[in-house]
Amino acid sequence: MFKILKYSFYDLMRSRWSYVYFAFYLALGFVLLFLNNDVDKAIITLLNIIIVLTPLIGTIFGVMYYYNSKEFTELLLAQPMKRNTIFLGQYLGISISLTLSLILGLGIPFLLYGIFMSSAIFDFGLLLVVGSFLNFIFVALAYNIALSNSNKIKGFGYAILMWLFLAVIYDGLFLISLMVFNEYPLDNFSLLATMFNPIDLSRILILLKLDISALLGYTGAVFKKFFGTNFGLVISLFVMSLWVLIPVWRIQRKLRKKDF
Amino acid sequence: MKNLRLTILALFFCSSLLASQIEVCNSCQVKSIKQALSLAKDGDEILIKEGVYKESGIAVDKSVKIIGVGLPTVDGEHKETIFTVKANNFSIEGLRIINVGHSYTKDFAAILVSKSKNFTLQNNVLEKVFFGLLIEKSRYGIIKNNKLISDAEDQAGSGNGIHLWHSEDMQIENNELTGLRDGIYFEFVKNSMVRNNRSYENLRYGLHFMFSNNNEYNDNVFTNNGAGVAVMFSKFVKMTNNQFIQNWGSASYGLLLKEIYDAEIENNTFSKNTIGISVDGSTRINYKNNTFSRNGWAIKVVGACYENHFNQNNFLHNAIDLSYNSKINSNTFDSNYWSEYTGYDLDKNGIGDVPYRPVKLFSYIAHRTPESIVLLRSLFVDIINFSEKVSPVFTPDNLLDNSPLMQKIQ
Repeated sequence: MFKILKYSFYDLMRSRWSYVYFAFYLALGFVLLFLNNDVDKAIITLLNIIIVLTPLIGTIFGVMYYYNSKEFTELLLAQPMKRNTIFLGQYLGISISLTLSLILGLGIPFLLYGIFMSSAIFDFGLLLVVGSFLNFIFVALAYNIALSNSNKIKGFGYAILMWLFLAVIYDGLFLISLMVFNEYPLDNFSLLATMFNPIDLSRILILLKLDISALLGYTGAVFKKFFGTNFGLVISLFVMSLWVLIPVWRIQRKLRKKDF
Repeated sequence: MKNLRLTILALFFCSSLLASQIEVCNSCQVKSIKQALSLAKDGDEILIKEGVYKESGIAVDKSVKIIGVGLPTVDGEHKETIFTVKANNFSIEGLRIINVGHSYTKDFAAILVSKSKNFTLQNNVLEKVFFGLLIEKSRYGIIKNNKLISDAEDQAGSGNGIHLWHSEDMQIENNELTGLRDGIYFEFVKNSMVRNNRSYENLRYGLHFMFSNNNEYNDNVFTNNGAGVAVMFSKFVKMTNNQFIQNWGSASYGLLLKEIYDAEIENNTFSKNTIGISVDGSTRINYKNNTFSRNGWAIKVVGACYENHFNQNNFLHNAIDLSYNSKINSNTFDSNYWSEYTGYDLDKNGIGDVPYRPVKLFSYIAHRTPESIVLLRSLFVDIINFSEKVSPVFTPDNLLDNSPLMQKIQ
């Protein structure tokens, strides 16, 4: 598995897209800091970008890589190797290289602008952790979709749709249901609903640090317990890991039955 | 006749010379404060030396100076009010007063001053108090450099730090208040000044004003109080250079204004509060040069507000800058800096060319369904905010800052 991981990783490291992705984050980091010189504000802007963009890039990269390396994968499958190791290796290769682009791309400009001197270091660290989680989650989801669809166009379509659903439509439905069922106690529901969407979940994780004052504005014991203590942080991180583990587990299950 | 005058003069001299010092200590002739007070005459000084004095219910009815040397401790043993003062021209300084009695029916205090004039309470340390300094129907008092610490647990069973009732011309400076119900409480107080105090981690309000007109408070710091600072039912209040920090909770405000008329709110800093300022039924108020940073709601205007003018304020990275749920009335927002502003300034005069709309659709939604706050900063919310900005439907379309600033006000 480690060998496959290495191959995938080097393959991606050599590919132009990783560099583009890295350069994009690098430029973004520098521009944000150069334009306003205010680390706090830069982090809020970054939050908006990370929770939308990392899932999108992760999804597209995942699907693209699967379809592009399909022939190579089939060649590998002919070798006396476990399927699991091949696909897990590929999966980890993509996720790690994307995460590396993200962390280096954003880390370098922020380091140069003295993030260690700033009190925002924890917010920034959390932002990177959340971004990495999102990479792992969305690559796994993309792999699931790609494995289930041998038709390339269909696979891409579903992948983009999934991203659109989780990034935008889900929140829309969520908001509408909150407004329709206004009369009912909704605090449990609203917390639960955020758990079922990794993008919402990562947003909440960062809001816990950035906008805790606003989140505590709502009267409700459940909210107070969730947001007012470390309970929220622990639960969110736990559910985030579940969001990685369950899709990966499903990849393995799918592999067992799949006829290549 | 001449002789008589001389005699009177001589008598005067003698009596002023007789204004003597009485020393109190465990090894002195006078061993208790009560004893010293019974010996004292108007104008005397009572020096209390280092040590512990287990006394309470000390009545002061003479114009004396009570001065602690080396911070002596007066322990009330949780019985009742410790000092009850009813005198003019007195002072109490340098004492450590601890263990005031608790009661649900009586307002026990460390020092109760009633119907007095010209007094000074300074450099005292008050610990485990119920009420700290309770001043009623008094005038011309100075309360300075005191430190009040208590361990209030519930609102019903705790008292206020500096509690003023029906008083006038008071100065409250450089005090530190924590662990009380309200740090400073004003009720029917006039012409008074609250300056440079630090009020933090109190159960209810850091500062609480009720029916108190013509007062001023500046350079105070209010941090992490249960419900922030409340100014209610008062006129002509001036609030400048204060800091309101980290007042978190559903009923917590940096500053709560309720039924306030003709106030000036200038150069204050509101940072990381759930609600920076909540304005309710307040009229003719000028908000100028204040900085609102990283609050949940910078300003929440609830209703029945007229002639509120918000000029030259900084709104920096608040989750929601303004929540507004009534008609615009005659309130104005002009020449503020909004960190969310995305307009441009082609004529380079420092003023944005496109008006700014401080009320977002999301703040309207969050007001109607409070749970939706979990969707803060999500992409969907940004999209609906944007569409509302392009063509306002739900938010008042005449609520605009017509000259938003391009640069933060320093």
